[in-house]
Amino acid sequence: MEQIGLNQYLMVGSVLFVAGVVCMATKRNGIGVLMGVELVLNGANVNFVAFSRFTALGLDGQIVSLFVIVLAAAEAAVALAIALCFYNNHLTIDVDRGDDLKG
Amino acid sequence: MSDMQPMLFWIFASATCLAAIAVVITQNVVRMAFWLIVSLGSVAGLYFLVGADFVGATQLMIYVGGTVVLLIFGVMLTASGSYIKIQASPAEGFLAAGVGILFLVVITASVAEVDWVGAHEKLVAGGVEGGFSGEGYNPKEQGNTVRPLGFSFLGMRTDSGNGGYLLPFEIVSVHLLVVLIGAAYLARAKKRVDSN
Repeated sequence: MEQIGLNQYLMVGSVLFVAGVVCMATKRNGIGVLMGVELVLNGANVNFVAFSRFTALGLDGQIVSLFVIVLAAAEAAVALAIALCFYNNHLTIDVDRGDDLKG
Repeated sequence: MSDMQPMLFWIFASATCLAAIAVVITQNVVRMAFWLIVSLGSVAGLYFLVGADFVGATQLMIYVGGTVVLLIFGVMLTASGSYIKIQASPAEGFLAAGVGILFLVVITASVAEVDWVGAHEKLVAGGVEGGFSGEGYNPKEQGNTVRPLGFSFLGMRTDSGNGGYLLPFEIVSVHLLVVLIGAAYLARAKKRVDSN
């Protein structure tokens, strides 16, 4: 088995990213869309940490990934608050029912 | 121990990727949350393998212990009875799978084509200075990244010529305060619309 290098970690990051994008695009449950966002951010984080270890990026990659974790948690909190408001107004979390602004 | 590393990597990587795909495929939102926990926990395992111990511990605490719990709370508050399972038609499923696989092939092919080592050597030969130490970050003891990370958040760097990250640290602190207040205000108890 070859040595685990940079490309293997980048593949993992890309699978996470694509899974997150497809989850965001196809889920009708609003909470499911938020889970897709978390997957996308984790894919980017795996990339950052892999570059920190295998290239000359150094410690900066891990610092940026810490910031990404914090900002993703903050964004999940606000997005869930918005989802709760949506549920309070429409009594459903189905994103297809959010067409009040449709032209 | 180091000859177990490739096997450990493949275990964690396959757990991550399969759980992420399971998040996409599952129709029940509660099970999606469970697969998300498995995926994020395996990503933390990958971080520990690479030697980023503080990032791995933070991933476990904040993602698995915080964000996913928050998502499960959201699921509990918004999914009632028939709304837990919102069905999508099978044709949409095939289309989504096809687009997803195509996207993955595009990304993977473009990433695999880049010669990272050669690009770095060209950068060094071109005279780029400041911060390029050559090798990746790999402290003498495996792990032990807490102290350099702490110093960098205070504005001091000991391992490279870059500056510290004090300003982003303070900005993120204020950002968290704002998000806390905003989310608490948005999600305050209101009169629910009656279903008539």
